[in-house]
Amino acid sequence: MKLEIKNLHAAIDETPILSGVNLTISSGEVHAIMGPNGSGKSTLSKVIAGHPAYTVTEGEVLLNGENILELAPEERALKGLFLAFQYPTEIPGVHNANFLRLAYNAKLKYHGKPELDPLEFDELIQEKLALVEMDSDFLERSVNHGFSGGEKKRNEILQMLVLNPGFALLDETDSGLDIDALRIVANAVNTFKSPDNAILMITHYQRLLNHIIPDFVHVMANGKIIQSGDKDLALQLEEKGYEWLLESVG
Amino acid sequence: MSQSLLNELTSREYKFGFKTDIESEIAPKGLSEGIVRYISKMKNEPEFILEFRLKAFRHWLTMTEPTWANVNYPKIDYQNIHYYAAPKAKKKLDSLDDVDPEILRTFEKLGIPLMEQKKLANVAVDAIFDSVSVATTYKKKLLDAGVVFCPLSEAIEKYPELVKTYLGSVVPFTDNYFAALNSAVFTEGSFVYIPKNTISPMELSTYFRINTEDSGQFERTLIVCEENSYVSYLEGCTAPKFDTNQLHAAVVELVTLDNAEIKYSTVQNWYAGDAKTGKGGIYNFVTKRGKCLGKKSKISWTQIETGSAITWKYPSCVLIGEESVGEFYSVALTNHFQQADTGTKMIHIGKNTKSTIISKGISAGKSHNTYRGLVQMNKSAINANNFTQCDSMLIGNLCSANTFPTIDVRNGTGTVGHEATTVKISEDQMFYAAQRGIAPEEAMSMIISGFCKDVFKELPTEFAVEATQLLGLKLEGSVG
Repeated sequence: MKLEIKNLHAAIDETPILSGVNLTISSGEVHAIMGPNGSGKSTLSKVIAGHPAYTVTEGEVLLNGENILELAPEERALKGLFLAFQYPTEIPGVHNANFLRLAYNAKLKYHGKPELDPLEFDELIQEKLALVEMDSDFLERSVNHGFSGGEKKRNEILQMLVLNPGFALLDETDSGLDIDALRIVANAVNTFKSPDNAILMITHYQRLLNHIIPDFVHVMANGKIIQSGDKDLALQLEEKGYEWLLESVG
Repeated sequence: MSQSLLNELTSREYKFGFKTDIESEIAPKGLSEGIVRYISKMKNEPEFILEFRLKAFRHWLTMTEPTWANVNYPKIDYQNIHYYAAPKAKKKLDSLDDVDPEILRTFEKLGIPLMEQKKLANVAVDAIFDSVSVATTYKKKLLDAGVVFCPLSEAIEKYPELVKTYLGSVVPFTDNYFAALNSAVFTEGSFVYIPKNTISPMELSTYFRINTEDSGQFERTLIVCEENSYVSYLEGCTAPKFDTNQLHAAVVELVTLDNAEIKYSTVQNWYAGDAKTGKGGIYNFVTKRGKCLGKKSKISWTQIETGSAITWKYPSCVLIGEESVGEFYSVALTNHFQQADTGTKMIHIGKNTKSTIISKGISAGKSHNTYRGLVQMNKSAINANNFTQCDSMLIGNLCSANTFPTIDVRNGTGTVGHEATTVKISEDQMFYAAQRGIAPEEAMSMIISGFCKDVFKELPTEFAVEATQLLGLKLEGSVG
């Protein structure tokens, strides 16, 4: 699995947000993107996933060498791209387990494998539920409907564990989590992490990176990556704030 | 979803829009006392039915068409409609062998095979083609269990006393304009009689097909369920595509005695008119009402309304027996240029009566969808209870949804609850599902099924899946 972002420019309602992002992420790597509010971090994740509100004005995003910008969001997902949403959407009346099974079966079907019936799927999901420390009744509720902020985030991680993507984008998965929930989520992500998949985390806080150690840390500002480094960069930011960096790069 | 996919999917054809070429006996256009007598004569009716028709017709002449519904349509020319159309038969239809093979093929194409070897298991079907019933399956098996299921015209002949007792007892011809019209010119419908202590051994179903251009269908259905009995009944309907509008003004009357229960379900898929111009389609102006006469009796209406150019329909319950129960579960979907004004009336008269209303309106395209309801607690309805839940879903920016609930409480002991919500299928929901690998059609179907869950679970299982698919089909491509 290899994701290459090349000179990516994107806009929403004709307001440019991304102005030339370059980044390459390979299997076995964990990357983190940090940056002040409004720097374009969340936009980057939505553009990669194909949110229809954004227009790509220049550049490419290659997944294993294939430009995915022409693909519908569901095709990108079926090719192994997963986005854990910053604000997961509520779908009233739709059973959480059914939703996940539909998604899982869509993936099986795409790979030409037989689909799972509800019983077979239940076995699979019980094991994953334990990893995010949630009860079975969690599955009986409507998708994200009436979930607390922390429950929504754990549901995202549950979906990631079930769908087992090659490339996972975690958009501020740590925001809104208390210390215990943060630990649970971080443990689940560490369990998921393998030489066969790649992870890109978007976060405001160093504290997540204490739990999930990144191989690379990037800082975004004004729609671009302005600095890259290892985990020590995050520590420096924690200490000095973004101002220091913004000034030093001019 | 891209605009081109949207266009491609919304222009999908109405599957049942074909017309069967068949020689028919058609009454000349127009309505007069002469036509009423003609219909009665064609059906070989006894005097009391002719009397009923003529009284209704004379009353109708004194009435004016109602205009309070939230729908718009050009004035109907009642003199430009054929009030009777029947496939020509060489002799009386005694068995399926006498039915024109063309008609059998028509019903088979509609998914309603009538032939012995192919007929649906566990569902008895009365197939009505324009103004006449062409076949009723499992008649004998039902009769062995004591259940009468036959065309109304046959019931008039064989069970005149039952018909005399109950016809017009729930919906009198004076009730409203369209009920009066129906009482004058009704041509066919189903009759169901479940005697005391009988559970119908199978689901009963009537399938209505309008075939002749510029004809109206005026069916009349009567279901009587005696003490401690139960029946589940389902009606389905389709029509060919014509550029002109067709009038469907039906009356359905239900009666339950002590401890009896009728579960009445409708999957309505009349032709809705041209998707681009709004031309043509059925005007579905229907009066449906049930009387819970007996103690602890129950009437439950479930409707999935997906077709028709205009729907004007309020299946209602009059709760007379103590502790009787009325229920109304509805999904009304409008797309393109469709208009629907639908809902229910729950009239509480007996003590400890209880009613539940769950209405789900889905509007897409340029359609208008209105819920109109009345909950009335009369003086005598001590400790009556109602709960109403009224939800609307909007798809796109050009449609509208309205809710007009009326609550009329005349004693202080009852409980009335009303909840209402309006939601939109959002781009974010669609994107969320897509990001999990779920295709747009599937995502929309899933979201709608979730929205309609409380109603779908009331449908007989055989039809719940069909209803889900039907909604999916009707809405494909509506989310941009």
